[in-house]
Amino acid sequence: MEYLLASAIGALTAAGIYLTLRLRTFPVILGISMLTYAVNLFLFASGRIAINLPPVLLNNTPTYADPLPQALVLTAIVISFGMTAVVVLMALGAFLSSKNDHVNLSGDAADEQEVGK
Amino acid sequence: MTLILIAALPFLGALLPGLMIRAGRDACAWTTASVTLTALVGLLVHAPAVMRGEVIQFQLEWMPLLGLNVNFFLDGLGLLFAGLILGIGLLIIIYARFYLARQDPMGQFYTYLLLFQGAMVGIVLSDNILLLLIFWELTSLSSFLLIGYWKHLPEGRQGARMALAVTGMGGLALIGGMLILGNIVGSYDLTVILDNKELIQASPLYLPALILILLGCFTKSAQFPFHFWLPHAMAAPTPVSAYLHSATMVKAGLFLMARLWPVLAGTPEWFYIVATTGLITMVLGAVIALFKDDLKALLAFSTVSHLGLITMLLGFGTPFAAVVAVFHIINHATFKAALFMSAGIVDHETHTRDIKRLGGLRHLMPVTFTIVTVAGLSMAGIPLFNGFLSKEMMLDAARNTVWSGNPWIIPALATLGALFSVAYSFRLIVHTFLGPKRDDYPAKPHDPGFGMWASPALLAVLVVLIGIMPALMVGPLVAVASGAVIGDDLPYYSLKIWHGVNLPLFLSIIAVVGGLALLALHRPLDAGWIKARRPEAKVMFDAIVGAVTRAAQSLTDGLHNGAMTRYASVFIVAVIAAGTTAWFGGTAAAPLREVQEFGLVPLTGWFLLIVATGCMVAFHRNRLLALVLMGIAGLIVSVAFAYMSAPDLALTQISVEVVTIILLLLALNFLPKTTPNESTNTKHWRDGMIAILGGLAVGGLALAMLLSDFSQESISAFHLANSKPGGGGTNVVNVILVDFRGFDTFGEIIVLGIAALVIFAMTESVLDSPVGAALKNRPVNPNEAGDRHPLMMVVATRVMMPIALMVGVFIFLRGHNEPGGGFIAGLIVAIALVMQYMASGFDWAAARQRYPYHTIIALGVFAAAFTGIGSWFADRPFLTSNYGYFQIPPMGEFELATAMAFDVGVFLCVVGAVMLALESLSRFAHRAGERPSPYPMDIDPSRDMPQEAKDA
Repeated sequence: MEYLLASAIGALTAAGIYLTLRLRTFPVILGISMLTYAVNLFLFASGRIAINLPPVLLNNTPTYADPLPQALVLTAIVISFGMTAVVVLMALGAFLSSKNDHVNLSGDAADEQEVGK
Repeated sequence: MTLILIAALPFLGALLPGLMIRAGRDACAWTTASVTLTALVGLLVHAPAVMRGEVIQFQLEWMPLLGLNVNFFLDGLGLLFAGLILGIGLLIIIYARFYLARQDPMGQFYTYLLLFQGAMVGIVLSDNILLLLIFWELTSLSSFLLIGYWKHLPEGRQGARMALAVTGMGGLALIGGMLILGNIVGSYDLTVILDNKELIQASPLYLPALILILLGCFTKSAQFPFHFWLPHAMAAPTPVSAYLHSATMVKAGLFLMARLWPVLAGTPEWFYIVATTGLITMVLGAVIALFKDDLKALLAFSTVSHLGLITMLLGFGTPFAAVVAVFHIINHATFKAALFMSAGIVDHETHTRDIKRLGGLRHLMPVTFTIVTVAGLSMAGIPLFNGFLSKEMMLDAARNTVWSGNPWIIPALATLGALFSVAYSFRLIVHTFLGPKRDDYPAKPHDPGFGMWASPALLAVLVVLIGIMPALMVGPLVAVASGAVIGDDLPYYSLKIWHGVNLPLFLSIIAVVGGLALLALHRPLDAGWIKARRPEAKVMFDAIVGAVTRAAQSLTDGLHNGAMTRYASVFIVAVIAAGTTAWFGGTAAAPLREVQEFGLVPLTGWFLLIVATGCMVAFHRNRLLALVLMGIAGLIVSVAFAYMSAPDLALTQISVEVVTIILLLLALNFLPKTTPNESTNTKHWRDGMIAILGGLAVGGLALAMLLSDFSQESISAFHLANSKPGGGGTNVVNVILVDFRGFDTFGEIIVLGIAALVIFAMTESVLDSPVGAALKNRPVNPNEAGDRHPLMMVVATRVMMPIALMVGVFIFLRGHNEPGGGFIAGLIVAIALVMQYMASGFDWAAARQRYPYHTIIALGVFAAAFTGIGSWFADRPFLTSNYGYFQIPPMGEFELATAMAFDVGVFLCVVGAVMLALESLSRFAHRAGERPSPYPMDIDPSRDMPQEAKDA
């Protein structure tokens, strides 16, 4: 189970990084969202994996799922929605104003320069 | 009056001029003057005690752990300076009332002036060097405002910038020096530092500390080679020049040297640095002053020269020289402030400060002529005026000083300085006022009203009185202030006019005769001076500033070339590198936990996630497909949360997923539907490598974490144990959110609200720009579905609305004990509302929306805040919660906790923020050729039915 979760986090991170490095705004936003999944799962994993444990207090149960990472991740999910919305709007505003959705300031020129280095 | 009040009064009073200016210029000036007068009276109340040798103290702990305390003390030196600052300040305020023109914003001027005054008083009364540094920086800032007061003049702005740059750099050096000094002694209290002379001078850090502190003093007091900013600061209005640049601010450096004299002076390093700098400054300033045609520039360089003189005296390091320095500080303040104000009067009345355009003003402006003559003769060091006394004593101190084994160089150069001083002083008087009357003055000159010449006249009277009866007038003050500087018994000295025929008298005579001769030769000398090539300080300063700016610019341009992907890859690689270094540099515990088995269900989920993620990378150019694939990934994540015992997270994730996808779909409506393939193969490979590396690193870290135990005991146990007895809820996650970490959540909902407001503001600005108009006129795409508001969907969403709302309420109410809570309930309600927008369009839904979403966000934040504040009334800290059980008849026993009111705030804030964000985006669609429809759906059977059928 640990291997499954860790590899899933790794895959989400890799996809997130790759998409974040693309040259247009939309894939970058998708990449950031994928990174958000990865980060939330990672934070959640810091409570270790607990399967079939009660998340709420019950009588006569000695062990519970770790509530602390859950609480932190819960707000992180909501906040990341807010941040995604802001980035989406920035991308949309930039596209409508400049008629292109390049991430880099000078479009291809900056990228070539970057590749040249 | 306590010392802190004296220092605070000008700051508090600084609020008044801006208000009082509405009552008129006189009211404004008198209010300002009364503030300063009150502080002055408060200071003078302490004067008798200080004159008896007592030290008044005030102590208040501010940040004792840092050694920063609000400690003030008032001794002789402090009394002298505070008296000068407040006394001359009062005269300047009166003078400025008449000097400033009607169009000058007087309220601003007096506010800046009082800020400056408070900062200066703070410096001279501080008993804590950290506190002193704060006031020191405040003088730099407030003087920047004052120098640049005439914002329309480029010289004013440039001069202000230059002064700020030079004194600000010096201030930085001073901070370093003072911190070293405090470290050597182990205390930042001046009184303690002043008791530790041996400790400081024996320290190996003495020299660095000394150099840094002196850099601060020299820049502030315009000593060579930092003297150049002072003449450029003369672009300020004359009251500022008279106050800051002759009487007070430029003396702050001298004050600090005098203050630290007991512990820093007396070493060869001190002597050679301070005395030599002072000597060079004195001679250089005097020479340049003679060739300046601008009255204020002449006075500025003469000020530089006199500051050099005092610096040199402090640098001698002998008690006698220190006494002379204190005496000359008093004398210089009186005659120089009077001269500056008179120069301002001449400028004000004749509309020029150019000496070459003046002359013969003696009969036109007799009062001004008298004042300038008295003060000018004092500056020249002519008997019966106070400048003579301190100059004689200076020459007396100089003749006994040996510089590097050479006994005559200091007296000779000091005499040379005095000689030039005589020359420029007489030039000021003779070339401005004597000679034939001219008929080409830019304005018709005459003496100003009493209000304007009252202040300089009073100072001129003091010049004469001190000059004739020095011991009676200032004897005790000089004694007590010098005592504070020396910190020991006073040396033998006498303040009197006639010391008998001695060497200083001869040197004085040489200076006067030589100075008059120089003045006689002024015309040919001036021609030579103009022809000579001289280093121009401003040019050099501008060149240095320009070079630094260009270097910074090219560095910034090189690093920030606008290629965001490059920043991102640099950042990611750096993070991976740092993490790898930390991983291999430290020691991690060996894996301890046993690997848990997994069945088919998690494997299926994992498989789906990996496939969705892989496909998303492969097909990301088709944006809609990528969005669908991302939805799958998000769905699996929320299922994973549910599987791993986190139902709250699963609920949150799935509802956020819904709104996120809606949001991205709305955006995609306006963005290109595909992503072109622009990256080179190299870039693909490189990015792929970075991504794989990052994935491996994060995955490996996650695995290592999952397989090892907590290195320290987790605080979760505390939360589990206290959730029910302390927070009154069995859903620990919710209790943590609304109770244990309620303050965090409070901050988070505010952030969420701000994010929504940012989105709203950006939408407004985009739609208000030409882009908005273009969007509005966008042609309708014929390929769009004709049935924009389908009957089925409208009916379904209407039916679902109350159910969804009910679910929201249910989720909210159970939240404290079972999975649920304000966040999730808010998201569910938001989705229910968004569905109405989707079904019937923006206009229809917006017309039926009763409360603006901004208000809902604000209500949410207020609800949370007032719940928190409520606990104050029970004498508990912010956000302390309480709970009890109540019967609500149809639903049985319910628990009501104050945390629930807080959760209401969370709920409202989430609803408002999500809705505001989505609504803002859909407003783009609304503008884009959307035809507002009065009907909720396109096809409505009841609308098309005949009226009779309806009635039936």
